[in-house]
Amino acid sequence: MKKTTRKQKRPLLAILILAVILIVLSVISIGIGALYISPDAVVTNLLGLDHSFEFIIQQYRLPRIILAILAGAGLAAAGAILQGVIRNPLASPDVVGISKGSGLAAMAVILIFPESPVYVLPFSAFAGAAIIAVLLLMIARKKSIQPSSLALSGIALGAVCHAGMQYMMVKFPGDVNAALIWLTGSLWGRNWEEVKLLAPWLLILFPIVCILIPKLDLMSLGDELAQGLGENANRLRFILIFTAVALAGSCVAVVGSIGFIGLLAPHIARRLTGEKAKYLLPASALIGAIILLIADTLGRGIMPPVEIPAGILTAVIGAPYFLYLLKFEARKQ
Amino acid sequence: MGKLAADQLTLSYDSTVIIDGVDLKIEEGKITALIGANGCGKSTILKSLARLMAPKSGTVLLEGKDIHRQPSKEVAKKLAILPQSPQAPEGLTVEELCYFGRHPHKKLLSKHTQEDHDMVEWALEATGMIELKDRTLDALSGGQRQRAWISMALAQGTDLLLLDEPTTYLDISHQIEVLELLKKLNRDHGRTVVMVLHDLNQAAQYADYLISVLDGKIYNAGTPEDVFTQPFFREVFGLECCIMRSPIDQKPMCLPTGLCPKLRAK
Repeated sequence: MKKTTRKQKRPLLAILILAVILIVLSVISIGIGALYISPDAVVTNLLGLDHSFEFIIQQYRLPRIILAILAGAGLAAAGAILQGVIRNPLASPDVVGISKGSGLAAMAVILIFPESPVYVLPFSAFAGAAIIAVLLLMIARKKSIQPSSLALSGIALGAVCHAGMQYMMVKFPGDVNAALIWLTGSLWGRNWEEVKLLAPWLLILFPIVCILIPKLDLMSLGDELAQGLGENANRLRFILIFTAVALAGSCVAVVGSIGFIGLLAPHIARRLTGEKAKYLLPASALIGAIILLIADTLGRGIMPPVEIPAGILTAVIGAPYFLYLLKFEARKQ
Repeated sequence: MGKLAADQLTLSYDSTVIIDGVDLKIEEGKITALIGANGCGKSTILKSLARLMAPKSGTVLLEGKDIHRQPSKEVAKKLAILPQSPQAPEGLTVEELCYFGRHPHKKLLSKHTQEDHDMVEWALEATGMIELKDRTLDALSGGQRQRAWISMALAQGTDLLLLDEPTTYLDISHQIEVLELLKKLNRDHGRTVVMVLHDLNQAAQYADYLISVLDGKIYNAGTPEDVFTQPFFREVFGLECCIMRSPIDQKPMCLPTGLCPKLRAK
């Protein structure tokens, strides 16, 4: 018998603390940028007691922060769902090819049709993600597909998209710069328009995720038990992947293919709350929001007025921490 | 007729036929063990009886109706299946696991009812896990863990309990712990138990009926006394053995004396 003196995890407390951290960070983040606003001024402005910075906060900073929170939460929740369904800790929107699909579509718009209106970009990016998702699900629908082969299929589809992107960069070198910034993922110049694009999707998807949470736990017992307890495991997997793809696709469409959050946030959350989806998903979403918020704030604050795209910072901060996590997990076993 | 039966059941993985036109009937209120050599298809039969696998042809009948034509959740209220060495997410407690058994009775988004709480408590009590309910599964012994899984299946509140090799990877005392529990559930709580077992003497000791499987067909079926014959051991397991009676309960026992070379080579 294995003797493990495990520290009792307190998932609810962890979630509460994460929520507080997110709120505090949001206030700090609103103040940071080319013009610094102190946190107390931010609070009084937000509460409407003071109007000195109202314009800059309402028009520039606030929508951007809301977008960072929404997109970070969405990407992280998608990653947590995918890791649960595919039963592979490496699964994430990047790995299963969804980000690559939207990247290819976005690139086509930026490079081949540079004159198209701004709002075309998010829609085509979402369409790109959706096409990859449909292909992936067509493969997944086949009976008796193993979760691991699903991840591998995603990698293969992603590779094809990647090749397509490289081809376009060579063939249409016009605005490669803009395309690259989009691929890295950034919140630069985003405003209420993008919030309006993303928020409705998440307003539909987050409640669906809440309904699916108990089923995600059931899936973690394995297909046979899930079926024995009266669920159709294949259909359930299909629905869960579909939800994750829609989440990731809508976020990527608006903020670009910001990597690493979908992979990293659920891993951090798991250490705080354990495996249960009831706690893991909200914690992942909060952590995802915190990571993207930090990345975007640092990107704005390190050397203003020059901005570093958030996607670069998520990787720079995320990768070392991820390696540390892996080492920690290896030691545990 | 029994609650669970198979009619001309043929099962295959892709194009390989594993079970070929089998009829069988599970006696209600008894313990039935499926036995046979490795790879003979006994686990496949069990999976199919639990509607985890669709037949190529033929039907599995639950209460006289095709099991695959009944809503899966309704089936889960009548029949519980415990697969071989199931896996649980890390950090799950015994009680949380047990609550999964109430899943078929739950409506979408509804909370657990008093009946759910009562059933879970009863299941934990019946499996002797009530004192360990707050332990996580990884902090349990093999036998305790298997009892926790059985408590989950019990919480489903079904008359039928199907188990695929419930004693694998357990040492002998834990094997007996699990088998004694299943016997108790059968005798005291009227559960019909169907299980795949490897150990033939344990099968004879604990099961009322045995069904032996050979090359995709049922070789013989009946009480342990009916099934345990010299030709059975020779043809199904390729064993020469001496069949004796247990000095305690007069159940048949086999003592292998060697391989039966001619048949085994086949």
